[in-house]
Amino acid sequence: MNRINKRFETLRQQGRKALIPYLVLGDPARDVTLPVMHAMVKSGADIIELGVPFSDPTAEGPVIQKAHERALLNGSSLRDALALVAQFRETDPDTPVLLMGYANPIERMGYETFIAAAVSAGVDGVLTVDLPPEEAEEFNQHLGKAGIENIFLLAPTSSNDRQKMVTGMAGGFIYYVSLKGVTGAGNLDVASVKQHVDHIRSLTDLPVCVGFGIKDGASARSVAELSDGAVVGSVLVNRMAGLAEAGESDPAAYASAVSELITEMRNALDN
Amino acid sequence: MNEKMNIDFSQVPDARGHFGPYGGRFVSETLIYALDELERIYRSLKDDPEFQAQFDYDLAHYVGRPSPLYFAERWTRETGGARLFLKREDLNHTGAHKINNTIGQALLAKHTGKRRVIAETGAGQHGVATATVAARLGLECHIFMGEEDVHRQSLNVYRMKLLGATVIPVTSGSKTLKDAMNEAMRDWVTNVDDTFYIIGTCAGPHPYPELVRNFQSVIGREARQQSLAQAGQLPDALVACVGGGSNAIGLFHPFLEDESVAMYGVEAGGFGLATGKHAAPLNDGIPGVLHGNRTYLMEDENGQIIETHSISAGLDYPGVGPEHAWLKDIGRVNYVTIDDDEAMDAFRRLTKVEGIMPALESSHAVAYAEKLARQMDPEQMIVVNLSGRGDKDILTVAEIDGITL
Repeated sequence: MNRINKRFETLRQQGRKALIPYLVLGDPARDVTLPVMHAMVKSGADIIELGVPFSDPTAEGPVIQKAHERALLNGSSLRDALALVAQFRETDPDTPVLLMGYANPIERMGYETFIAAAVSAGVDGVLTVDLPPEEAEEFNQHLGKAGIENIFLLAPTSSNDRQKMVTGMAGGFIYYVSLKGVTGAGNLDVASVKQHVDHIRSLTDLPVCVGFGIKDGASARSVAELSDGAVVGSVLVNRMAGLAEAGESDPAAYASAVSELITEMRNALDN
Repeated sequence: MNEKMNIDFSQVPDARGHFGPYGGRFVSETLIYALDELERIYRSLKDDPEFQAQFDYDLAHYVGRPSPLYFAERWTRETGGARLFLKREDLNHTGAHKINNTIGQALLAKHTGKRRVIAETGAGQHGVATATVAARLGLECHIFMGEEDVHRQSLNVYRMKLLGATVIPVTSGSKTLKDAMNEAMRDWVTNVDDTFYIIGTCAGPHPYPELVRNFQSVIGREARQQSLAQAGQLPDALVACVGGGSNAIGLFHPFLEDESVAMYGVEAGGFGLATGKHAAPLNDGIPGVLHGNRTYLMEDENGQIIETHSISAGLDYPGVGPEHAWLKDIGRVNYVTIDDDEAMDAFRRLTKVEGIMPALESSHAVAYAEKLARQMDPEQMIVVNLSGRGDKDILTVAEIDGITL
C-alpha cells in the first residue's frame, strides 16, 4: 500500500488530522532541506510536500516565489529533488513524500524517466499545479502503473461536473484550495471551506485536505476540524526566508525554527 | 482544404484547444472555470451577426481599417528582386496590430459584465491597446509590465498612464514579458470574479490562441483581397515577425490553404543563434509547457525557462503561440531568424527609402523580406506585415547611436 494511503488509514484509526508542511527544495541552500524535512517529521508532520523549484511558478504568491528564486540560484532541480528523497528514505522509510511543482521540469525529463526515478527514490505522490485532469491522462496512466498517487487540486471555482471528474481521477487525497488566489494570500472563509469540503466528501471516499491561507495553529485547526488535514506552506517558507535574509547558514537553525512552528500546529490539531 | 497537406485548417484547434501536440489548457484548477466561461461566451458570440457587426464597425471607425497594402516601390528597387508590399498595421489607431485583438476581447469582456481588465505587455503596444479600449468602455485597467521593459519603453508607460491605466512594474524573475504574464495570471486567479484577462498574443491557455488568431485574421483577410485587387494575384510569400506570433498568425491564417503562398515567420536572433542570447524558440528551443500551453520554449536541461534577448521588447519572449509550433512541425510555415544588427539596419533603410519608420519588432520582418526578395524574380510579390510603427523605439535607437534626447 502506498505510504500516503497508509498514513491516512492510521490517522483515521487514531482520530487525528493530517499535518502537511511544504518547503522548497534547496531553499535557501542545498544543505538545509534534508535536516528540515527530518525536523518536520519529528515535530509532528504526517506528509512532507516538497516543492520543486521552477522559474515561472504562476500559482505562488511572493513568499514562495522568492523561495523558488533562492533555490534556482544554487541550481536546485527536479533531479536534485529525486536524489534528496532517496537520501531522506535512508533514515525515514515511513513518512510519505509528495513532490509539488510545475509541468515543465517533468516534461523535460520525460514522464517515464521521471516516474522510474521517483519510484526508486521513494516518492509517494505528485502534485503538478499546471497539469489539470484534461491534460494529465497520459501522465496519470504512467503514475498509476508505478503506484504513485496523482494529487489533484479542487478550488472554490470548480463546478460540480469537474468535482466529479477530478475525484474520479485523483489518488491519495484531494487538495482543496481554500481561496481564489495564490499561495500565502488572503484570509480563510471557514464557512465556505466547510460547504465545499462537505460537497467533495459526498463525491469521494478520498481524504480531503485544505491548503492556502493557513497561517498558524488556530487556522490549521479551524480547517482540519472540517476536513482530514491542513497543508501549510507560506508561513514556514517565510520563517526560513527571515533566517536567510539574516545570513544564517547553519541548517540546524532552520530545522529548529520550522520545528517550533510545526509543534504549535500539531498541538493545535491534536488538542 | 489544403490538398497537398490534406489538412482542414479551419478545424484546428480541436475542442480542447490542441494544435497537434501543442496548445491545450495547462493552468491551475482555480482558472479552469474562467476559461470555460470565456470559451462559452466566445462560442456563443463568434458567429453572432450582431457581435460581428459591432467588431467590424469598431475596426472600421475606431481603428481605421482596412489598413492599406502599400507597394513600396523605392524599397523594391533598392533591394532588387521581388516586389515588396507592406501591410500597414502601423497605421492603425495606437500604432500597431495589437488593437485588433483588444477591440475583440474588450467586446467579450463587456458581455461578461466584468468591470476590470488586466493585461501583460512587453514593448507596451499591447498595454497601450488595452488601456485604450478600457478608456473607451470605462473599464478599470491594470497593466503588468516587466521592470526592465518599463525602463526600455518609458514613452508607452506614460501613454498608458494618460489613458487612465495603472501600470504595475514586475520585479520577479527576469523582469520582462514572461514575468509580466506570470504576474497577470496571479492577479487573474485572485480576482477571477470581476476581472477579464486580455492576453495580447496567440499564446496562453485555450481558448486564447484561437480567439486571438481569429480577431487578428482580419489582417490576412484584407491582405488577400488587396493582393488580388491591386496586384491581380496572391502573394508568392508572406513575411511577419514572431514573438508570441499574433501579427504573424493573423496574416498567415487566411492564406494557409493557398498552397502557392510561402510563409516566413521571423524570430528574434538577438546576438546570433550561436551565442544562445536570442528569443528564437522555434529555431533553437524544444517543446514544453509554459503559460498555459504546450509549445516550443527556450529552456535549460532542467526545464527551467531561460532569459531571452532581443533588441525589441515585443519579441523578447521565451515561448511562442502553439499554432506556430504546429505549423513549424507540419512544414507549412518556415521559421527563420534575424539578429539585432540586421533588424537595426533594416529599420534605418526602410525609414530612409520609404519614409516609414517600422517598429523594431517589424524591422525583423523587413530585414528578412530583403534577403528573400533578392532570391526571387521581379514579377513575384512579397507581403510584409508592418505590424507596428517605430516611434516608440526612438529612445532605444538614439541610445545605440550614443545620443541622449
